[in-house]
Amino acid sequence: MTTPERVQNVSRRGFLETLFGAGALILGAQVVPQDALAAVAWQPSVYLGLDTNGAITIVTHRSEMGTGIRSVLPMVAADELEADWKLVKLEQAIGDEKYGSQNTDGSCSIRDFYDAMREAGASARLMLERAAAQKWGVPASECKASLSVVTHAKSGKKAGYGELVTLASQQKAPAKGELKFKSAAEFRYIGKDLPMVDRDDLCRGKGTFGMDAKMPGMVYASVLRSPVYGGKLKSFDDAEAKKVKGVSQTAVIPPFKAPHMFQALGGVAVIADNTWSAMQGRKKLKAEWDAGEHASYDSDVYKKELMDAARKPQKAFRNQGDFDGALAKAVKTHEADYYVPLLAHAAMEPPAAVAEFKDGKVTTWTATQNPQAVQEAVAGALGIDKKNVICHVTLLGGGFGRKSKPDYVVEAALLSKQIGKPVKVVWSREEDIQFDYYHAVAAMHCKAGVDAKGRPTAWLNRSVFPTIGSTFAAGAEYGQEFELGMGLVDLPFDIPNMRAENGPAKNHVRIGWMRAVANIYHAFAAHSFVDELAHAAGRDPVEYLLDVVGPARKIDLKAQGVAYWNNGQSIDKFPLDTGRLRHVIEVAAEKSGWANKKPTKGRALGIAAHRSFLTYVATVVEVEVDSAGRVRIPEVHMVVDAGLVIHPDRVRSQMEGAAVFGTSIAMLGEITAKEGKIVQRNFNDYQVARMPEAPLKTHVHIVASSEAPAGVGEPGVPPVAPAIANAIFRATGKRVRELPIRKQKLV
Amino acid sequence: MIKLTLNGAARQFDGDPEMPLLWFVRDIADLSGTKFGCGAGLCGACTVHIDGAAARSCVTPMSAVAGKKVTTIEGLSSAGDHPVQKAWMQVNVPQCGYCQSGQIMQAAALLKQKAKPNDADIDSAMQGNICRCGTYQRIREAIKIAAGVKA
Repeated sequence: MTTPERVQNVSRRGFLETLFGAGALILGAQVVPQDALAAVAWQPSVYLGLDTNGAITIVTHRSEMGTGIRSVLPMVAADELEADWKLVKLEQAIGDEKYGSQNTDGSCSIRDFYDAMREAGASARLMLERAAAQKWGVPASECKASLSVVTHAKSGKKAGYGELVTLASQQKAPAKGELKFKSAAEFRYIGKDLPMVDRDDLCRGKGTFGMDAKMPGMVYASVLRSPVYGGKLKSFDDAEAKKVKGVSQTAVIPPFKAPHMFQALGGVAVIADNTWSAMQGRKKLKAEWDAGEHASYDSDVYKKELMDAARKPQKAFRNQGDFDGALAKAVKTHEADYYVPLLAHAAMEPPAAVAEFKDGKVTTWTATQNPQAVQEAVAGALGIDKKNVICHVTLLGGGFGRKSKPDYVVEAALLSKQIGKPVKVVWSREEDIQFDYYHAVAAMHCKAGVDAKGRPTAWLNRSVFPTIGSTFAAGAEYGQEFELGMGLVDLPFDIPNMRAENGPAKNHVRIGWMRAVANIYHAFAAHSFVDELAHAAGRDPVEYLLDVVGPARKIDLKAQGVAYWNNGQSIDKFPLDTGRLRHVIEVAAEKSGWANKKPTKGRALGIAAHRSFLTYVATVVEVEVDSAGRVRIPEVHMVVDAGLVIHPDRVRSQMEGAAVFGTSIAMLGEITAKEGKIVQRNFNDYQVARMPEAPLKTHVHIVASSEAPAGVGEPGVPPVAPAIANAIFRATGKRVRELPIRKQKLV
Repeated sequence: MIKLTLNGAARQFDGDPEMPLLWFVRDIADLSGTKFGCGAGLCGACTVHIDGAAARSCVTPMSAVAGKKVTTIEGLSSAGDHPVQKAWMQVNVPQCGYCQSGQIMQAAALLKQKAKPNDADIDSAMQGNICRCGTYQRIREAIKIAAGVKA
């Protein structure tokens, strides 16, 4: 799939007229894939505009949830534009399909929009240089733009961009072939770690999150939902709720129709003139539910079902060589079962949205990763055209995938329509934890046959988990291609006989994607198992891992008959390159001092390396386990090869954060259900890493690369949990195969 | 009628005295810098100062702040340049930023109580403040910078 960019001058087409004065230069760029374009009119999706006063506006169409993307993509355009960054204003885009996908998810923003941003910036720069040439009657090739000023060196003439934009706006945008891109040495902002535009506001309590959004005349709502997924409201009594000071009324939200997708779950809302009264009212509601088919969902029983299924033959999705034959001939065989529980996203900002339904249209302000999904879901629920849903995107207090699913916005819109006022829906932490789109619980089984040196000649990995597909198609039970392509079918190991299998599982809660998605459990199993084989062979884990990864080569899984999505990207542009994987492993070993830090009792290093989101990450974790079995993590090394890096500091911060997120998964997190109800309620029983539990120091090493930019937000997460488990094994001799580790007895 | 001082200004409140300070600050005083994270004193996002000490506003009823001086992130410094805020900017602490008001208020209270904290002091003071993005090591570094101790 290619994304040819076509930059056009849209100065006089009435785009964004509210942002710019007369005579402004406005450029749009096409980033929707060519294949999808055949029947579609040209739809510019990146906007960059210069006003006659020199102000530069860059429309930022990705959601900011902490990666820095809202700042970093505009920096790319500003760099090629030779813009003075001080003169750049960012305009957060509303949801609109003309921008192409706005779903800030899948670690794809730089990958998908880097080229478009550069072309938009380079086009505007060339147009300004041409405008100066026209103004001065000199060849354009003699005019050079630098920091918002165009200079003609021979005559010494200078003009600010503002003076040139009206002339520039009358030109045709240059053809792509005419553009001159900067060399890496000429970059002004790329690679230079400029501060994020929101940084200072965030240190002063000034950023506006979904939780902070307001509309005039709005009321607050808190919603009581069925404690069991899919339960239906039988009756309710709101007499006590209505006695709470500030509460004005209650309103029923109808239940969803399967598949649940991004619909409101349904329930009873309490409306009040402040958040607290609405929440107090909700606590006083009495409701009877028909719990329905999931009333007996029990995590212990379900775990046993998954583990049993993972030990039986299932459907093969990769079958290379002759696994059974090689296993029969192996010198020795090994097998192990692994388990990762349900997990909740628990972003610090619980879901919140304010929406107003008026004159057949909905206007909403919300923290969403995907404003177009808001448009579609709200339009579907209210029976209106999605063009009549205006979705403004606030800052997100964390997303991690939860805020790609706008059920909470649908609630606000439905309530506003019923009540006739703008409604702000605020989820409590308990609601956030009890009604999440959970990261799937998963059981994995690995089996290998090894030769005399302990090297695998046959390898099987098998997973069973409720699929994200069940969110979109009721009854879906097998992993989707994208889930299986996250560490199940795409292990880049040099083993002649490999099989990967997946078995069916029913969902009893909403299943969704969470930072790094299916890589989390697949990587935990696969990279724990490689480490187990290394120890069984009596070999050093790093040396063994490099041996199993094998020589530097590019693996084409499709050519082997494997349905492999490669994150939707061509395997030519983003090959599965074991040379790059080897390199991050080697650097991690070197930087962590692996060779000289032999394990001692209670203290050891562990390693894991994984390619996900087209990026290669190796993690070395040092653990200390005390005599009571308490684990501390004094040091982590994260080595990342994400191709070209635009903002090294935000890559470092994502890797530091991934080490903490991965630590939460490994050590602490677990969601369970009893009688269909989620047991955990808040941060006391759904634990995430706090400062003392987090790695004390995470060192990030970025591999210098000019390869195409790949993902950053997610790929740091998968190797962390297996690296911790592998380190704990070396420190204690105790192999942890089930998460969270806090539940395991280590000494 | 409950009287209190909020960021130096006299305020009064005649609603339910059980209402947590957090919701007075956010919904009534219209100061949105103090965040709602858990409603149970478990995450620290709502941290403010009450008579100079860090407190979780989500579990502090209005009745408990009668006659007290309450400071929120908006009132920590007049120009947003408290040494803790400056240190936060220097090492680019925030990712999503949602918890950072609470982190900064907690850190500022720590430094008032202990000017030169060591790692154990920082762990102990900050462990009630969750950052899901995982900015802890930069928070630690920023606190040391603000305190002028070696990182």
